[in-house]
Amino acid sequence: MPSALAISGLEKTYKGGFHALKGIELNVEQGDFFALLGPNGAGKSTTIGIITSLVNKTAGKVSVFGHDIDLELEQAKSFIGLVPQEFNFNQFEPIMKILLNQAGYYGVERSIALGRAEKYLKQLDLWDKRNEPARQLSGGMKRRLMIARALMHEPKILILDEPTAGVDIELRRSMWNFLRELNQQGITIILTTHYLEEAEMLCRNIAIIDSGIIVENTDMKSLLAKLDIETFVFDLKPSTALQSFKQFNARAVDDHTLEVDVKKSQTINRVFDELNKHGLDVLSMRNKSNRLEELFVNLVGRGQLADENVVKEK
Amino acid sequence: MASSKNIIALKSILHKEIHRFMRIWVQTLVPPAITISLYFVIFGSLIGARIGEMAGFDYMSFIVPGLIMMSVITNSYSNVASSFFSAKWQRNVEEMLVAPVPNWVIVAGYVGGGMARGILVGGIVTLVAMFFVDIQIHSFAIIIITVALTSATFALGGLINAIFAGSFDDISIIPTFILTPLTYLGGVFYSISLLPEFWQGVSQINPIVYMVNAFRYGFLGISDVSLIHSFAVLGIFIVSLYTIAMVLISKGIGLRS
Repeated sequence: MPSALAISGLEKTYKGGFHALKGIELNVEQGDFFALLGPNGAGKSTTIGIITSLVNKTAGKVSVFGHDIDLELEQAKSFIGLVPQEFNFNQFEPIMKILLNQAGYYGVERSIALGRAEKYLKQLDLWDKRNEPARQLSGGMKRRLMIARALMHEPKILILDEPTAGVDIELRRSMWNFLRELNQQGITIILTTHYLEEAEMLCRNIAIIDSGIIVENTDMKSLLAKLDIETFVFDLKPSTALQSFKQFNARAVDDHTLEVDVKKSQTINRVFDELNKHGLDVLSMRNKSNRLEELFVNLVGRGQLADENVVKEK
Repeated sequence: MASSKNIIALKSILHKEIHRFMRIWVQTLVPPAITISLYFVIFGSLIGARIGEMAGFDYMSFIVPGLIMMSVITNSYSNVASSFFSAKWQRNVEEMLVAPVPNWVIVAGYVGGGMARGILVGGIVTLVAMFFVDIQIHSFAIIIITVALTSATFALGGLINAIFAGSFDDISIIPTFILTPLTYLGGVFYSISLLPEFWQGVSQINPIVYMVNAFRYGFLGISDVSLIHSFAVLGIFIVSLYTIAMVLISKGIGLRS
C-alpha cells in the first residue's frame, strides 16, 4: 500500500536566493492525522505549495498515493484537497457557485456536486448562507467555506494550512470534531497549525520543521514522552509561607499562586508532601502550558542551532 | 484526467467566465453600445455625410464592419485580461491550479469566455448599427469565421497580458498604447488604398488591417487585402499566441513561485 504522501530530498530555493527547504524527508501513511509544525518562515507553506503544485520545487521527489508529481501530476492532484492559509476564493461569487465551480474543475458532475455542496454546507453550518457572496461571510465562515470547497471532489488526503487561525474557541472545537470525523472516514489529514494544543489533541504523528529542515519526525506519544520537565500551577489558600517555598524550582506568582517544575523522575505526591510541610493548602492544580509547546520551543531552538552550525561550516 | 472530466472542467470555467461578464452587464455590455452609437452619430451621420462614398459604399456602411470588429477586439481582450488578472490578484486562480485541470483547458476556458463576450458585444453593436444603416451581408460564413478567429486571437492576447501583469495598471497599458492605435490605423475608418504607397506598406504589418478587411468582405464583399492573407495572419497569430500562453502557464510564469 503506497504512502498517502512520500517526500524525499525536497529542496526549494526561491529566485532571490532564499533556501526555503533543505532536503525534506517525510512520509505520511494512509489514514494518518499528521501535524506539520514549525515557526513562521520554517518552510511549512512552501512544502504544502510544492505538494499542491502552487510552488515549483528545485529538487527532490513528491508522491501522492504512489503518483509522482513529476510524472503523474494530474492523478496526484485528484487525491488532494487543499485548505490554504489565506482566503483565495472569488469574494464576489455566492458560496454555492464557488463550491460548484471547484467541483467542476475536478470533473464532478453538476448533479453530484449539488448534493455534496448541500451536505458539506449543512455539516459546516453554512447552508443558510449559500446564496450570499463570499465577502459577506465572517472570518470563521470563510474558513469553513474553504474546508467545504476542499471536500467537493472527496479527496483522499486533506491538507489544511492553519485552518483555525483567527477562529473562536467554540468554532475551533466544532471544526476539530468535523476533522476527526473525516479522519475516521478514512481521509488522511495533514495539518499545520500554530495552536500546538490543536496538534496534540488531533494528530497521531508529527513532524517539526525549522529553517527548511525536519528537526523531528515521530509519533505524538513518543514525542511527548521526551518531555523531561512539566510545570504545574497550584492555586493555594493565601499564605505568607508561600514566598519561602523554594523546592522544585518553585516561583510564587502572587500570594496564592505557585508554579513548580516536576521532573519525570519525581512524583507529584512529593510536591504535595512538601506543600503540606509548609502549611500550604492546595485548592486546585493545572498544567502551566501545553506540553507540546515546551517541546516545540526546545526543538526549534535546536534546529536554529544546527542551522547556525551549517552556516559556520560554510 | 479522463476526457469527460476535462469537458466538465472546461464547461465550469466557461460558465464562470460568461456568468462573470453577464453579472456586471452594465459595465461590460452597455458601454460598447453607447460608444458605438456615438461613433455612428458623429463619424457616420455628421462627418460621414460630408465624406460621401468610400470604396463604392456610403461612408456609414463602410465603417460599420470596422466598428463592430473594434468592439469585438476590445471586449474579447479586456474580458480575459481583467478576469484572469483578478483571479490572480484574489488568488482564486489557485482553485484551478491545484485541481487536475490540464493547462489547455484553462486556456480554452478563458479564451472561450473572452470570445463569448466579444461575439455578444459584436451582436449588440450590430443591432445598434441597424438603427443607423441598412446592413447588407455578402457572406455570413466569412463574418462568423472572422469574428470567431479575431476574438480568439485577442482573448489569447489578453490572457498573456494578464499572466505577465503585476498590477491593474499593467492590463491597461497594452490596450491603451498598442491595441487602440493599431485598431484606429487598421482601416476601420478608411480604405488603406487611400494612403500613400509607403503607408500602405506600413499598414501591411498591422494585423488588424487583415481582420477588419476580412470582416468587411463578409458584409460588403470588398477588401483591401486578400482573404487568404487575412486568414493566414489570423491562423499564425492564434497558433503563436496559444503556444506562448501554454508555455507560460506550464512554467507557472506569474502564477507559481
